Amino acid sequence: YIQTLRKLFNESHGIFMGLQRSEEELAGKSRKAHLVQVSKNYRSVIRACMEDMHEAAGKFDPALQGQYSTQVSILSAMELIWNLCEILFVEAATAGPLLLRLLDWVRLHVCDVDSMVREVLSSESPSKHKLFWNVIGNTQTLTELELKWQHWHEECQRYLQDGTFASSPHMESICKILLGDEDAILEKKELMTTWYHFLVTRLLYSHPTVKPVELRFYAQSSMDLFLGGESSPEPLDMILMAAFEFEIHQVIKECSIVLSNWWFVAHLTDLLDHCKLLQSHNLYFGSNMREFLLLEYASGLFSHHSLWQLGVDYFDHCPEYGRVYLELHIERIPLSTEQKALKVLRICEQRQMQEQVRSICKIMAMKALRNNRLGSALSWSIRAKDAAFATLISDRFLKDYCERGCFSDLDLIDNLGPSMLLSDRLTFLGKYREFHRLYGEKRFSEAARLLLTLMTAHIAPCSFWMTLLTDALPLLEQKEVIFSAEQTYELMRCLEDLTSPNPGSAPFQDDDVETTKVEMLRLALARNLARVIVKEGTVEGS
Amino acid sequence: MLTPCDNRVSIWSAGDLGNAGLNGEYHGEPHLLCDIQHNGDVMDMQFLDQERLVVASSTGTVTIFRHHQNNQTLSANHRWEKAHYHVDQDTSCGGAACTGVVCNNPEIVTVGEDGRINLFRADQRDAVRTIDNADSSTLHAVTFLRTTEILTVNSIGQLKIWDLRQQRNEPSQIFSLAGDRVPLHCVDRHPNQQHIVATGGQDGMLSIWDIRQGTMPVSLLNAHEAEMWEVHFHPSDPDHLFTCSEDGSLWHWDTSTNVSEKPSFLHQGGRSTAYLSHSTINQSVVSAWLSNDPTKDRMEITNLIPNQTLSVNSLDVLGPCLVYGTDAEAIYVNRQLFA
Repeated sequence: YIQTLRKLFNESHGIFMGLQRSEEELAGKSRKAHLVQVSKNYRSVIRACMEDMHEAAGKFDPALQGQYSTQVSILSAMELIWNLCEILFVEAATAGPLLLRLLDWVRLHVCDVDSMVREVLSSESPSKHKLFWNVIGNTQTLTELELKWQHWHEECQRYLQDGTFASSPHMESICKILLGDEDAILEKKELMTTWYHFLVTRLLYSHPTVKPVELRFYAQSSMDLFLGGESSPEPLDMILMAAFEFEIHQVIKECSIVLSNWWFVAHLTDLLDHCKLLQSHNLYFGSNMREFLLLEYASGLFSHHSLWQLGVDYFDHCPEYGRVYLELHIERIPLSTEQKALKVLRICEQRQMQEQVRSICKIMAMKALRNNRLGSALSWSIRAKDAAFATLISDRFLKDYCERGCFSDLDLIDNLGPSMLLSDRLTFLGKYREFHRLYGEKRFSEAARLLLTLMTAHIAPCSFWMTLLTDALPLLEQKEVIFSAEQTYELMRCLEDLTSPNPGSAPFQDDDVETTKVEMLRLALARNLARVIVKEGTVEGS
Repeated sequence: MLTPCDNRVSIWSAGDLGNAGLNGEYHGEPHLLCDIQHNGDVMDMQFLDQERLVVASSTGTVTIFRHHQNNQTLSANHRWEKAHYHVDQDTSCGGAACTGVVCNNPEIVTVGEDGRINLFRADQRDAVRTIDNADSSTLHAVTFLRTTEILTVNSIGQLKIWDLRQQRNEPSQIFSLAGDRVPLHCVDRHPNQQHIVATGGQDGMLSIWDIRQGTMPVSLLNAHEAEMWEVHFHPSDPDHLFTCSEDGSLWHWDTSTNVSEKPSFLHQGGRSTAYLSHSTINQSVVSAWLSNDPTKDRMEITNLIPNQTLSVNSLDVLGPCLVYGTDAEAIYVNRQLFA
């Protein structure tokens, strides 16, 4: 049934966000109307979820159907409680409208409404009844309403006492019910499924202009009378009772204990907080109740592979601990695809969570490197502006080149663009590749100049100098003289720097191959020097 | 440990097209016709023909599903397992997400995080052709340029043309962004003028390219505040372009010249519109997308989502209908796009 609950989570997230955003805009009456609308929206989402679940239950095997029915009844209970809270707290219905709302509430939630009795009642003295209903609906003052109702009540009383209905016990009991006689109403107990149905019926016939503060007494006595010591109140009964007693914190506390997920209490508490009903209480463990419940709810979302995105927004609206919670949770999201990693990264970047950005990019870059996707690895380093990792990738490329004698992934190296500047090693890689390109295009003097710059400007790492000098060999061996005298001296100096045992420079490998190479280089450099001195000596200028 | 085993591929009916009411928004909610379980995230999908749908998975598998219209069911018709994979000695699975799929019946081209390009034929069990390591970075999207040429975009900001007739495993042309190599996530080609290509980047920028000339985009349009996931030219009215993004917005780009004949947009509540002066670069080409003619210089851009929250991951447009899906697990259908 998680599937159908997903709809509940997603839609309520939308309502939640709308509520947080509309905070500043409204005031006074329109604000209250808006909050009532938000409450109704939440309830309609619960009802839609119930309908979906009901529909889905029919398609499954009987084993699962039990689970679905349980879920449906839990949702039904949630809607029942929420509806009552909406009437009493959000709308804060006053005497008069209060009873009407409660009547609607009972009608909506109690399926076996005593339609038969109602039919009989409505057929008796219809004009009086019509008047009665109209009166409550009007915008008369409470006192006027009370007077009219009193008058009507006394008339009924007279009929009973005069024995007008003596011939029919049925009619007599109806009259007694109309008078609000508790015993008469209780006789019809089996037609009323719950004590709150009984409560509202009582109020309808005895105290239609009940005030909110008076509810608690009627509620308590109704429950006692209805249950009559035969059965004890269930958790749902206790929650409703707490609501009638206007103990908001008690309602939330009981709901938290009874319901298995935080969804209900988190959203309801947030709404009540917007109604400014929770300000006075400070909880002993630091943050206020609203934040605590939202944090719990959102944390639960993070264990789901895709609902975690909703959790982010909830954390955003927890001013005290939201950010810390987000930082902890966001690092634990499994990054199964690059697209998912990108979404997580975007969330972190939007909230200036630099550390998380770096760590996620590093994880993705390492994964790419292990899979030999050097371009992807570089792309992640660029996103994180991670120079160290870019250096690592470049070293990998250079290692590949040394081993194989050619570059892999030329499409990448040739098109580095400004990202080349991210790290020195990367710049070197780009420039080195450029050297090879120039050589390939036979632009030798440019290639020579570049090669020299790579060493003299210390762009090249010392470990690579031998390779660069070896690359210079074909240029030195050309028929045409390419390196000038000064350049040749520079090259010689580089070679000496490399071969002499200097503390601090890269260790020079003293084996046969290397020695031969050095010998060849020295020879080539000397020959080039000789040629160039002659050339420069004979030509005017240099 | 929870493995996502609750992903599904679904077919919906968007309701009766003939029932437009007075306010015209929608008439009848979309309802589910059939669905089938799918292993891994659905990264991309496209209809191969009236009945068959090709789906790309995050596990690297490419599946053809068949929609049986008579009894409204879906069945898996053919599957290419490990169409995309990494060669990794350490892990056993080694799958790489297949990020894009494009169809031209009976040919199917797929690209993935492994930088691989596959060419399949619907009736053949094995791949017709595979280009391993076509790209050193991730290929994010693919589309057909011509029947024998495809366009790909990757995560180092390159747009590449591949000629499938040639046997060499190199692109025939490479284009790249001018400045930073921002990853490109989506690509689409103008339906009539095949030299005009649009791409969307990780920074939300829309780039228009003329692939006949130069290696850089013709124009860069600052659009979204986060990754642009998809870009689509309207197939029959290509003066209109649609883009959607991680920032939760869906933009409608309108370069049709008779903008003044559409006063209605000014009165639509909940839509934010802006004029963008299309002041860009070099050429004088006919299409409005490439033109810098001052009299035709205005482009109308509209955000079609009034209360944006989570990412819009995908969209599609056909005739007067626009469909898009969000990370809030919702699908929206707009059947009166040009009203």
